Amino acid sequence: MVAIPSRHKSLFLLIGVVVLQVLFLAIQIRRDSQGRLIRVWTVGAVTPFQRAGSSGVGGIRGIWNHYFALQNASRDNEHLRAENAELKLQLNELQNKAEEADRLAKLLNFKQSHNSVPMLGARVIAASADSATQTIYLDRGEHDGIRRNMGVITPDGVVGKISETYPNTSQVLLLTDRDSGVGAMLVESHIQSPVGGVGEPLLAMKYVANDDTVAIGQHVVTSGMDRIFPRDLPVGTVAQIKDGNPFKQIRLKPAANLESLEDVIVLLSLQPLDLTKSESKEASSAARNVAETAKKEPARESKTAKP
Amino acid sequence: MNDTYELRMGEAHIEVHKFRGGAIVMATILAVLLQTAVPVHFPKFAILDLPLLLTIYFGLSRRNPSTGLLLGMTIGLLQDSLSGPTVPIGLYGIAKTIIGYLASSIGARLDTEHPIARFALTVIFFGVHQGIVMLTRRLLLAQPEPWFTVHLAIGAAVNAVVGVFLFMLLDKLRKN
Repeated sequence: MVAIPSRHKSLFLLIGVVVLQVLFLAIQIRRDSQGRLIRVWTVGAVTPFQRAGSSGVGGIRGIWNHYFALQNASRDNEHLRAENAELKLQLNELQNKAEEADRLAKLLNFKQSHNSVPMLGARVIAASADSATQTIYLDRGEHDGIRRNMGVITPDGVVGKISETYPNTSQVLLLTDRDSGVGAMLVESHIQSPVGGVGEPLLAMKYVANDDTVAIGQHVVTSGMDRIFPRDLPVGTVAQIKDGNPFKQIRLKPAANLESLEDVIVLLSLQPLDLTKSESKEASSAARNVAETAKKEPARESKTAKP
Repeated sequence: MNDTYELRMGEAHIEVHKFRGGAIVMATILAVLLQTAVPVHFPKFAILDLPLLLTIYFGLSRRNPSTGLLLGMTIGLLQDSLSGPTVPIGLYGIAKTIIGYLASSIGARLDTEHPIARFALTVIFFGVHQGIVMLTRRLLLAQPEPWFTVHLAIGAAVNAVVGVFLFMLLDKLRKN
């Protein structure tokens, strides 16, 4: 047997360890598994510390913001006053709009459809251990009814979807991740296109033809076509537009503040969540009313026409 | 034979540092926890790669390639386990195994105690680490990633600056 010189032992060990990991990578890709057992063990071991750490870091940030970082308080105050005035204008605008019956009906339908959807509040306890992927961990998991592919939102808009679940924790793939995507549409023109992440703070709207008209500031909402998110949830606003080949390069500012998430809502349903059912009910009842009115009208007309 | 003799003579002059009991394990766990907990409140913290900095530091200090690569592998696999779904177990494991080996090998040949040497080595190791990750992503995972971005260059500089101070802090954990 050939003896390995001692100074080469570490080199052979390196080659062996790297080859083993490459093989493990290959097995994961081939079987489409993600080494789940290792992840479950690691996440299970780390989660209690992450929960404690999350509170600890939050506390430190609170002390910093309230006692040490007050040099911006005056500027913040001015900014808040301006924002308050702007919000008052927006409130008036919304109140005027709310008087429109169609708008009210639509909002009502939307609210009703959300009431029927089971939701769960969850706290963000950690982020991804690498900067290449955009994920966060929640303090709720399988024991709370969370399953893979459930949608995650905040009152401001879409956050992402559940990418992995553990007994007491779950991982959310944020909308800004390269592998993330949501069915979306422009509110004004109803142009539909998936919106996904590019690993940067802004999102990308991928398949809008150069001929279509899109303006900066337009709002983008969920289309419901991905069968994960209900329709009309805010996704973002158009921030940049460039002509591309063959599609426009559109960047969106996410509606939800994905860079500082603390609390989120998980949509506890894997069923398609859209307004089509309630809308179709309303449409059918409206159609029924129209039909009944139409039946009555000729009779009334015929009554008036007779004399 | 002469080369081996000279090398061994050279190695005899390089001091191998030992650490207090449990220091490496505690530092590793703390680094991974900070890496996952702090970006939730301070997103810009994500530019730091604390697990990589620890791999480099303990590799340079322990100066034993076998220990360095095994520690790198452990730290990398921990990081893989707590990363997103597009990161298979082994991606950072491979990169940090190689970094651990290289850092220990270089640590056994050069004086790596000076802050400037540490800064330069951290920049180089950061680049090599990113190179290995990109290569693995492109060749094994078919995930097209850019080789170089401004963000990476900033990351290398920030990690190197933080590394210099972090290494001074970690020096306190050495046995006298």
